[in-house]
Amino acid sequence: METAQAVPPAQPPAPGEVAIEVEDLHKSFGPLEVLKGVSLTARKGDVVAIIGGSGSGKSTMLRCINFLETPSAGKIAIGGEQVRMRPDGSPADRRQIERIRTRLAMVFQQFNLWTHRTLLDNVTEVPVHVLKVPRAQAREQAHELLKRVGLGDRADTYPAYLSGGQQQRAAIARALAVDPAAMLFDEPTSALDPELVGEVLTVIRDLAAEGRTMLLVTHEMKFAREVADHVIYLHQGRIEEQGPPSEVFGNTQSPRLQQFLKSVA
Amino acid sequence: MGPARPTLAQGGADVIDLKALFQPHRIVMMLVFAGVALWCALSLRWDWIPEYLPLALQGIWTTLWLMVASLVLGFLLAVPLGLAQAVGPWYLAAPARAFCTVIRGTPLLLQLWLLYYGLGSLFPQFPWIRSSELWPYLRQAWPYALLALTLSYAGYEGEVMRGAFKGVAKGQLEAAKAYGMPRLTLFRRIWLPQAIRNVLPTLGGETVLQLKATPLVATITVVDIYAVSSRVRSDTFIVYEPLILLAVFYILVAGIIALAFHWLEVRVLGSGQPVRITANTR
Repeated sequence: METAQAVPPAQPPAPGEVAIEVEDLHKSFGPLEVLKGVSLTARKGDVVAIIGGSGSGKSTMLRCINFLETPSAGKIAIGGEQVRMRPDGSPADRRQIERIRTRLAMVFQQFNLWTHRTLLDNVTEVPVHVLKVPRAQAREQAHELLKRVGLGDRADTYPAYLSGGQQQRAAIARALAVDPAAMLFDEPTSALDPELVGEVLTVIRDLAAEGRTMLLVTHEMKFAREVADHVIYLHQGRIEEQGPPSEVFGNTQSPRLQQFLKSVA
Repeated sequence: MGPARPTLAQGGADVIDLKALFQPHRIVMMLVFAGVALWCALSLRWDWIPEYLPLALQGIWTTLWLMVASLVLGFLLAVPLGLAQAVGPWYLAAPARAFCTVIRGTPLLLQLWLLYYGLGSLFPQFPWIRSSELWPYLRQAWPYALLALTLSYAGYEGEVMRGAFKGVAKGQLEAAKAYGMPRLTLFRRIWLPQAIRNVLPTLGGETVLQLKATPLVATITVVDIYAVSSRVRSDTFIVYEPLILLAVFYILVAGIIALAFHWLEVRVLGSGQPVRITANTR
C-alpha cells in the first residue's frame, strides 16, 4: 500500500490501465432481478457517471463493486485483480475483499460518518486502524485533507454538529485518506438541501479535474455532463445507453433515456 | 477552534444552581432534614459502633467487591449474549435468549439458593472435586454469591445489549465494511462503542439495581454490610440505628454510581450526539 505520502497526489492519467472492470453482473433480491447483466470498464483517471431512474439498479451496481451487496453472478476485477467469487457470487476470500475494499473509497448518500468520533478521527480511523499508518502521519494528512475540503477549522467537531454539506465533504476527506485507486460515489448529493449541493459538487469536480478515477451514481444531470468521461444510463437493470456525455445527452438515441432526461430536467 | 463539547441537552442538574437552592421551600426542607439528622444523632444509640466498626468495614468491602466483580464479569458475558441474540445464527441466538429469559424470569434469591444449596451440595459428592485445588474456595459461600450475581447481571444486560447492538445504524457499519475494516476491528472500533453509547443511561440504572441486589448474598452466609447490620440487631436488639446507617450507605454508593454515569454520559454522549439520536433512522 502506498499510503505513505502526507497528501495523496493525483494519479497521473495513464490511459490504458484498467481500474475497474465489471463483466456481466447480475444481482437478484429474491425473485426480483435488479441487475440483468451489466458490464463496465473504467480506466485510470476515468470519471464514469451512472444515471437512471429510481429502481434502475444504479446504486446496487455500485454496491456490488465493493461487495456491500453480494452479486448473483458476473466478474469483477479491481486494478487488474480478479475478485474470487464462489458460485453463488459471494466473495471466496474475505482477506482479498477486505484488501480490495481499502483501495475503493465509498462516499454514501447518507454520509455515514462515524457519529462517535470527531472529523479528524473519522479521517484517520481507516489509515490508522486498517492500513496501519503511523498515527502522527495520519493526523497530519487528515488535517491537510480537511483543509482541502474546506473544513480545516472543524477537525475537532463531531459530525452531528455539521450541516449535510459539511458532513459529506468530511466523508470525501475520509475517502481520500486511504489514497483510493477508485472512488465510488453513491448519490452523494441526494440527501442534501438544495443550497448545500453546490459545495459538495465543487469538491467532486476538483477531484475529477485532478484525474481521480471515480464511479459516480448521480441525479445531477448537468454535473454528470460536465465532469464525466463516460455516461451509463441504466434502465430496469440493463444498460440502455452509454457513451461520452456529449453523445448521451446531446444526441440521445434511446427513447426511454429521452423520456428520463425530460422528466428530470 | 476548540472541540464542540456542549453539555447534555437533556438530563438536567448539570450544575447546582445556588439561587434555586435558597428558595423558601428548599430551605424548609433542609431544616427539616437537619432536624431529623440531629434528633437521630442525639437521641438514638450509637455506642455499639466502635465494637462493630471493623466488621462493618469488612462488610462494606465485601459488598463493594461483590458488586464490582459481578458488574465486570456480568458485562463481559452480556456482550456475547447480546451479540448472539442480535445477529447470531439460531444455534447461538436460541440458547442466549433462553438464558436471558430464565434469568430474568426467576427471582435472584431463587437462583442464589439453587446455586449454593444445589451445586454446593452436589460438589462434595465428587471426590475429584474435593481433592482439586479449587475445593478450598468451593467450600465457601462467596463463589456462589459472585456466580449468581454475575449470571443475573449478564442475563439482564444481555437483553439490553441485544437492543443496543441492533440499534446501531446500519450505515455506520456499512461505512466501516466499505473501507475494508476487518470484522474484529469493526466490532471493537465502531459497533461496540456505539452500542454502549445507546444504552449508557440504562446501564447506569441497572448498576444501581445490582448494588441493591447484593444484600441477598447474606442469606447464604456471606458477610456483606447487610449481614453486619443483621448481626448487630440480633446481638444487641438495637433495630433502627444499624438500618438507618445501612440506608445511608446504600444511598451514598447509589449516588456515586449515578454521578459516575452522569459524568460518563456528558463526556461520551454530549460529544457525538446533541440529543440522543434514535437509532434506525438511517
